[in-house]
Amino acid sequence: MSHITKPRVVHPALEKNALGLTRRDYEGRMSTLCAGCGHDSVTAALIEAVWRLDVEPHRAAKLSGIGCSSKTPAYFMSDSHGFNSVHGRMPSVAAGANAANRDLTYIGISGDGDSLSIGLGQLCHAIRRNLDLLYLIENNGVYGLTKGQFSASADIGSTTKRGVPNEQPPIDPVLLALTLGATFVARSFSGDKEQLVPIIEAAIRHDGFALVDVISPCVTFNDHVGSTKSYAHTREHYREVTETAFMTPTDFVPLAEEITADIGAGQARDVKMHDGSVVRFRRVAEDYDPTDRDGADAYVRERIREGEVVTGLLFIDPDSRDHHAVMNTVEEPLWDLPFEDLCPGSDAMEALMSNYR
Amino acid sequence: MEPTNVWDPDYYHRVVDCQWACPAHTNVPGYIRLIAQGRYDDAYMVNWESNVFPGILGRTCDRPCEPACRRTRVEEKPVAICRLKRVAADLRGDVTDRFPDIPEKKNGKRIACVGAGPASLTVARDLMPLGYEVTIFEKHDRAGGLMWSNIPQFRLPPEVLNEEIGYIIDMGVDLRLETPVESMGWLLEQGFDAIFVGSGAPRGKNLELPGRYDTDKIHIGIDWLESVAFGHIGEIEENVLVIGVGNTAMDCCRTSKRIGGTNVKVMARKSKPYFKASPWELEDAEEELVDIVEDHSPTEFVVEDGVLKGMKFDIVEWNPDENGRLRATKLDETFFPADAVILAIGQETAFTWIEDDVGIEFNEWREAVVDRTTFMSSRDGVFFGGDSAWGPENIIWAAEHGHQAAISIHAYCNDGDLKKRPPEDMNLVSAKMGLHEWTYSNDYEYAHRSKMRHVRLEKRLQSIETEVEEGFDIEQALTEVERCLNCDIQTHFTGSLCIECDACLDICPLNCLTITANGEEAELRTRLLAPATNADQALYVSEGLPQTDRVMVKDEDLCIHCGLCAERCPTAAWDMRTFDLLKPYAGQDHPHPYSRIGLAEMAPGGQMTVEATADTAAPPAGV
Repeated sequence: MSHITKPRVVHPALEKNALGLTRRDYEGRMSTLCAGCGHDSVTAALIEAVWRLDVEPHRAAKLSGIGCSSKTPAYFMSDSHGFNSVHGRMPSVAAGANAANRDLTYIGISGDGDSLSIGLGQLCHAIRRNLDLLYLIENNGVYGLTKGQFSASADIGSTTKRGVPNEQPPIDPVLLALTLGATFVARSFSGDKEQLVPIIEAAIRHDGFALVDVISPCVTFNDHVGSTKSYAHTREHYREVTETAFMTPTDFVPLAEEITADIGAGQARDVKMHDGSVVRFRRVAEDYDPTDRDGADAYVRERIREGEVVTGLLFIDPDSRDHHAVMNTVEEPLWDLPFEDLCPGSDAMEALMSNYR
Repeated sequence: MEPTNVWDPDYYHRVVDCQWACPAHTNVPGYIRLIAQGRYDDAYMVNWESNVFPGILGRTCDRPCEPACRRTRVEEKPVAICRLKRVAADLRGDVTDRFPDIPEKKNGKRIACVGAGPASLTVARDLMPLGYEVTIFEKHDRAGGLMWSNIPQFRLPPEVLNEEIGYIIDMGVDLRLETPVESMGWLLEQGFDAIFVGSGAPRGKNLELPGRYDTDKIHIGIDWLESVAFGHIGEIEENVLVIGVGNTAMDCCRTSKRIGGTNVKVMARKSKPYFKASPWELEDAEEELVDIVEDHSPTEFVVEDGVLKGMKFDIVEWNPDENGRLRATKLDETFFPADAVILAIGQETAFTWIEDDVGIEFNEWREAVVDRTTFMSSRDGVFFGGDSAWGPENIIWAAEHGHQAAISIHAYCNDGDLKKRPPEDMNLVSAKMGLHEWTYSNDYEYAHRSKMRHVRLEKRLQSIETEVEEGFDIEQALTEVERCLNCDIQTHFTGSLCIECDACLDICPLNCLTITANGEEAELRTRLLAPATNADQALYVSEGLPQTDRVMVKDEDLCIHCGLCAERCPTAAWDMRTFDLLKPYAGQDHPHPYSRIGLAEMAPGGQMTVEATADTAAPPAGV
């Protein structure tokens, strides 16, 4: 952890977004994680993404459970709402908050322990409900806070720092999400912000549950030669299936104008999102269709068998309908409704009940 | 780009902008840190080693370091380096026991210096400890050269001046006052092994305009200041025009204000941005209610019946011509009444005492032809330095000329190769362990530069002997030191250790770090996380990193040396290392022969015991 305060001085040419804010305005408190933790890089990517998206800090909510990963919300957007909840129960809190105020941007940060062990049931049902939430897993394969035991995402054969191999099969959050019907599934790497930032941008704008699994190495307990979630191993087995760019309606450039010598027309594809934003897939692996769930599932399984770390925006359902759409709730956030509309009284209740008699 | 060679002492030296800008390469952040620790004697000695006159320069230096200060890139005002130098001098105790021993047995070599100004005194300071017998010939009755004759007492009290000159004379220098050298031919016959000419540029430039010689109320600025310093002139008329806007003009107008001038105007041909005077000297003059009149070009002295009435001026406007040179366009004419005029429009060298047949070559302006590296003239064994070498500079340049001439003289007297200069070296040791001790309060606020306290206006104008600036008190000094960014604590990168976790990139408050594919410099500058538009400042480029073969790029421009990259680095690929320039002095083996302060004392936290030179700290093969 750092003992030096980060100086407030900024680069004189630091760019401002549409709100007149710089990236530094989206920072939080100094990280208390280990020096070199992948999670800090994820934090930096989150800051970059919300800055680019002009997210108003006071219109965003950060939620987390327990673990190293779940400390992340303290390290960005100090001016936003935040909830550090019970272990593995972040989805419930997010569901409640989202039900009450559908207008906020929801950013949930979790880890492999928080999501795939104690919180697995919660994660599954948040996916089912298609809660409008960025669900980011900082996945390092170990329990860092309790000194490096394997988590449920550890690969078979990966060893602890002391050399003991893991023998239980991993739960892969990407395959899990594809199976459960998630409408946005991506995997990335804390050491590759060029890929991670546009994925986070798209995930925040996605209308529904967006699962982003980020390999985020634990420098203290899982960055050794026997690890399959180290910086070196991840880079060596990295396979970028899709290269994505995220464009808001204002900075959208038609594909025809962008096609250059190094992006052939056949290798590029636009997917339009609900708010008019566009996810542009460039140099997609051959025959890979990021809107084909079964194809994505089969491809990822095949590459995992080859020992590769498949990354990129792997699946997106452009017709996704979030929880509120499915439940047919009112446009206006519930918290904004007058009390008498929200709770019309015993007479109205009686009238409703009489319909069922 | 090729990987940066940080083992070349110049690389890290350039990062310490103030030290690089200082002609004498004084270790500025080093002595500021010593002041912060209350070690004023040590801070003084660090100064004395390189600039020889800390108390004098702490009041009068032209401060090339301050415009270079890194803090000016993140906020407006530089660290008050010059005033902190004065703090070290003001608050020091007795340091005389730390001066070098002078050998009783001399080495048999005799050196003559002409003029007892800062250049000659520096030559004597550097040569006396080596056993030379140094004789200084001075035409006036006291030593100091322009430091006393041209700098008024209200800026530099005589006791400060005399004390620091005394340190050198007391080494046993044979100082011959009131002994002008009237013939180089004579001097050459006196059996000296080498001669150093440090007689300055004593001739003030004249202004040949109608009426110039019709009155005795027109003075040459430096001669007039000298007469005031001597006490020959004790008053001036009420209405004074000073022509010129250099620092001499500022001294002339402020002196006039103290000895009778009530209506003093400085007349400038150009406008303020083009003034030669240092901004702070201009400010001080304006504070003393001197009028600064811009864009007035003098055309005539108006003298009636032998009485000076004033001067005529053209009011002009300056515009660049097709070659970008400023050209004046006359707008109008005007007249300013005056009882006295002081000309402060520059000065030049005067070598009437050097005969044409002694083998010293002169150029068309009758300036001696002097080698820029060796400081030797076309006659072997005759050296020039200070203002007499290439015209008017300032005290800190004179000191540096003195050091270089001393190196040459020492080589000359030992049949060495003058062109082969002793190399600069460096120490570079990790400061990471003391990180929390050496970092100033990093909770960075836009800290305002401490303002120098001045004696009240009415009091200071009463006497020419009242020093205007009171110096920083301890509290002010301790506030001001906090503004130093300790640029000498270098961010040092070892690529082979890097795991490319991005921690340093993410934490850097100024976004000066980037990991990216290598490229040509101009193109690479466009691909960094923050724009690197200041091409005067280097880009550091590492070798290919182990995992991806990308490179670590650092834009040195805006780094504020906060140390966070090193603190957040899990593998110590980034380290903070104290850089200590080892500047060579004539005939000395010790890395810091005069201050005797090495990294052991200087390192942050004061706990460093290991010294490494560039040789011993060189990277192992393959790093």
